[in-house]
Amino acid sequence: MIDITKANQTAVSRMMEARPILKGVALAKDVIPDMKPNLLLHAGPPIEWARMSGPLRGAVIGALLFEGLAKNEQEAVALVEKGEIEFAPCHHHDTVGPMAGVTSSSMMVYILENETHGNKAYSNLNEGYGKVLRYGAFSEEVIAKLRWMNDSMGPLLAKAIEASGGIDIRALLSESLHMGDEGHNRNKAGSIIYTAKLAPWIAKVAADNDMESEVLKALGDNALSVLNPVMAACKAMSASAHGIEGSTMVTTMARNGTDFGMRVSGLGDQWFTAPAEVPDGLYFPSFTSKDANPDIGDSTITETAGIGAFAMAAAPAIVTFVSGTPQDALNATLEMYEITIAEHSHFTIPQLEFRGTPTGIDIRKVVELGITPRVNTGIAHREAGVGQVGAGLVRPPMKIFEDALVAYAERYKL
Amino acid sequence: MSVTKSEVRPGVYYDSVVLMQLQRKLAALPGVEDAGVVMATPANLELLADSDLLEAAGKAARPEDLLIVVRAGSEGEASDALAQVDELLKQRSSGGGNQAFRPRSLAAGVKNLPAAEWVLISVPGRYAAKVAHEALDNGKHVFLYSDNVELEDEIALKQRGAELGLLVMGPDCGTAIINGVGLGFANRVRRGPIGLVGASGTGLQAVTVGIHNYGGGVSQAIGTGGRDLKAEVGAASMLQGLRYLAADESTQVIVLISKPPDEATAAHLLSEAQTAGKPVVVCFIGFAAPAEQIGNVHFSNGLDSAARIAVGLSNGAISPPTIERRGDYLRGLFSGGTLAYEALNGLQNFLHPIYSNVAIRSSQKMADPLHSQAHTIIDLGEDVFTVGRLHPMMENNLRLRRLKQEVEDSETGLVLLDVVLGEGSHADPAGELAAAIASHRKARPDIEFVALVVGTDEDPQNTDEQIAKLEAAGARIFRETTMAVDYIAARLAAAPSAAGKALRPFSEPLAAINVGVESFFDSLKAQGADAVQVDWRPPAGGNEALASILEKMKGK
Repeated sequence: MIDITKANQTAVSRMMEARPILKGVALAKDVIPDMKPNLLLHAGPPIEWARMSGPLRGAVIGALLFEGLAKNEQEAVALVEKGEIEFAPCHHHDTVGPMAGVTSSSMMVYILENETHGNKAYSNLNEGYGKVLRYGAFSEEVIAKLRWMNDSMGPLLAKAIEASGGIDIRALLSESLHMGDEGHNRNKAGSIIYTAKLAPWIAKVAADNDMESEVLKALGDNALSVLNPVMAACKAMSASAHGIEGSTMVTTMARNGTDFGMRVSGLGDQWFTAPAEVPDGLYFPSFTSKDANPDIGDSTITETAGIGAFAMAAAPAIVTFVSGTPQDALNATLEMYEITIAEHSHFTIPQLEFRGTPTGIDIRKVVELGITPRVNTGIAHREAGVGQVGAGLVRPPMKIFEDALVAYAERYKL
Repeated sequence: MSVTKSEVRPGVYYDSVVLMQLQRKLAALPGVEDAGVVMATPANLELLADSDLLEAAGKAARPEDLLIVVRAGSEGEASDALAQVDELLKQRSSGGGNQAFRPRSLAAGVKNLPAAEWVLISVPGRYAAKVAHEALDNGKHVFLYSDNVELEDEIALKQRGAELGLLVMGPDCGTAIINGVGLGFANRVRRGPIGLVGASGTGLQAVTVGIHNYGGGVSQAIGTGGRDLKAEVGAASMLQGLRYLAADESTQVIVLISKPPDEATAAHLLSEAQTAGKPVVVCFIGFAAPAEQIGNVHFSNGLDSAARIAVGLSNGAISPPTIERRGDYLRGLFSGGTLAYEALNGLQNFLHPIYSNVAIRSSQKMADPLHSQAHTIIDLGEDVFTVGRLHPMMENNLRLRRLKQEVEDSETGLVLLDVVLGEGSHADPAGELAAAIASHRKARPDIEFVALVVGTDEDPQNTDEQIAKLEAAGARIFRETTMAVDYIAARLAAAPSAAGKALRPFSEPLAAINVGVESFFDSLKAQGADAVQVDWRPPAGGNEALASILEKMKGK
């Protein structure tokens, strides 16, 4: 006889007790399980080349250029079409990546270790703004930036993080949520904390002042520099809650630009997918929703772990993405309490009298109440290489929750 | 020919979201083709260049400058747009507004208003019981407006409510006034010392309005739903309400309103009413009242008279003395047929079940007049007893034998005898009866004896002496039937049923969660009550297959 309530309590407790520490930076092929040269990891649920959206295709091309497997776009496409390249979701390799999330074997990645349960998670380094691989850009400057990150910033961060003894990302998030961040779309405070924590160690291990200055500037200028470690931390937390027999808690939400995918703790490795929707949001100059790609990226791991849009009340500065007033930000978080199992024991919201963030999505509540999770997200241009065109709010399709519920009924013979 | 104009504001910082909003508003102005509002970082300048929005002034801007660019159909339109920047920055977003969060689930409603003790439910009937159970799970009193709720669900809800000390008003309850706040359909009436419990919404409205118009006031008006006084439900809610009002210090007079109840239920209710310790006005429309008043219970024959009587009583309310109760059954052994009938007529309203060989209702017929069952009133002057012997008014043997039989029955708790004096009657009935009583009282000191003595001071038996003999034997004497009925009803009326805790108190100020019809929420707010509206939807959007899976997963 299954005890769903107990199973969910176990799952959500494990997720909240998980203590992800940023332990280092290393080459993907050296640390990510089963990583190999012709394997490209991508955001979201599994997808074949033919169904990939513009930004994901662009990032695939960029990664092949970066790896030296192709010399130009045509070669890269030909290589893929010949079937020489394997694709797999980041999530199948304990990894997460923002937007396209494309991660290849020679890329530097952050290593997060959950000190409570011992599992690890990985994420690539954040490229900053403008033309970037994660939005499908693959021009020379994009590849050059990746090389600099891999050859200069990565090794320096590796040394600095090692020297620091590790950075507690859960503690960092607890703090940044009290400074106006929600951990997904707004990571300004978190990135400053991150830079401040690393700065002394960077100064200590940097070979020269120029190098030190460049890396500190890259971290300090980028309000998203901590996003990737945060995502990997959220992955480490949610992964520790996966596979609890009988649990109806969501442990993965991820989009590949074509499909929105979800996995549930008590339903093994089965993905529940449906077409991803176009986010509703604000656009950068000269762009409109017609330019937008359907929802993309693994960053929904933040909402899965109880932050991001779920902590919207903590981030009134970006409420206009939701529609307008600080009251709307409060309402967004209050709504998410309706579909979650617990209030987070470490992530709290001053604006709600330090209530814990709504944590652990219960597919039963989603279906019963007709409330899908909220997701704060960046919006990618539908064509490869154009980049980010806005930011806003999106929700997963209800169908994946309904399908999961039916699968649960079959799996547990209800 | 379009014109691009820029404005640089050095050292001004706005969050990027504010800038994006400003840009959207600028782009929507008349004549404006495109607009860009950015901090002039190299990446942003590049973006503007790509969109054909970068000209000389923009190129010269520095990363810490705010750069505002518009491209418009004419010079004038571009300048007009730029001139509106400050005004647009001040504008609040029109979307969303400041409406407080409206939860979708009762659970979230409870969390948002922990002080709420009440849940108003007006969802479609097929879902209502589930929501009501959830309200009880959360320790809330329920006002269940929904109709089309199954009778079994009503019984189950009220049973759980009784166990938890929670009130379930309804289903199909239209009206209540709690702590001065009307729930559902209710009139604005002044507060005062009259508490009501009604199985009819309009009945409650009519009587509360009457009370107000006669100058009185209402402490609480509790609804029960129309089926509460059916036998199956057993007045569960009315009994709870009655007990609550009996114990409530701000209530001095109680009014009960219903269509004619089931007889067992009526007996239970009236016997409870007798122990209220305060006047109770009973208005069971169409109910044949045994008298205008029995003890503290007043019978009214209409809604308006109920209001009038209640206001009159509340103006000079004196608490009638409460009589200590005892259990067990009445055995009335009568020699006079009409006296037996009159006693039965009065007592049938309080004692249930009651049987008689002079049954008024068919359900009261005795299976065997020779053996008493439950409460029993026997006319020993009936033919079945008197064939071949003298009438019991002249000859006591029959009654003495039956008296012995009753005393030997362990269920007997009180024996009522009539003693009819006068010409033709036995010369000293009390002498023989008193001797028997005295001896029986030795064997069964727990049995109480009551005698109804009918006679005058001129009768040959000497009424005073007769009474003195009976009293000496330990009998309690009454000279008139309704007085005896009053006393016996109070003594034997069913003890409060064991099931059911006292209701949890109704705290002030009233706070409530409204699930369903929004006008009830608006009305709560308009009356100054703290309230939360739950925007309820059918589970799984009404998808039966999914809802049934969810149902199977409940409680697991």
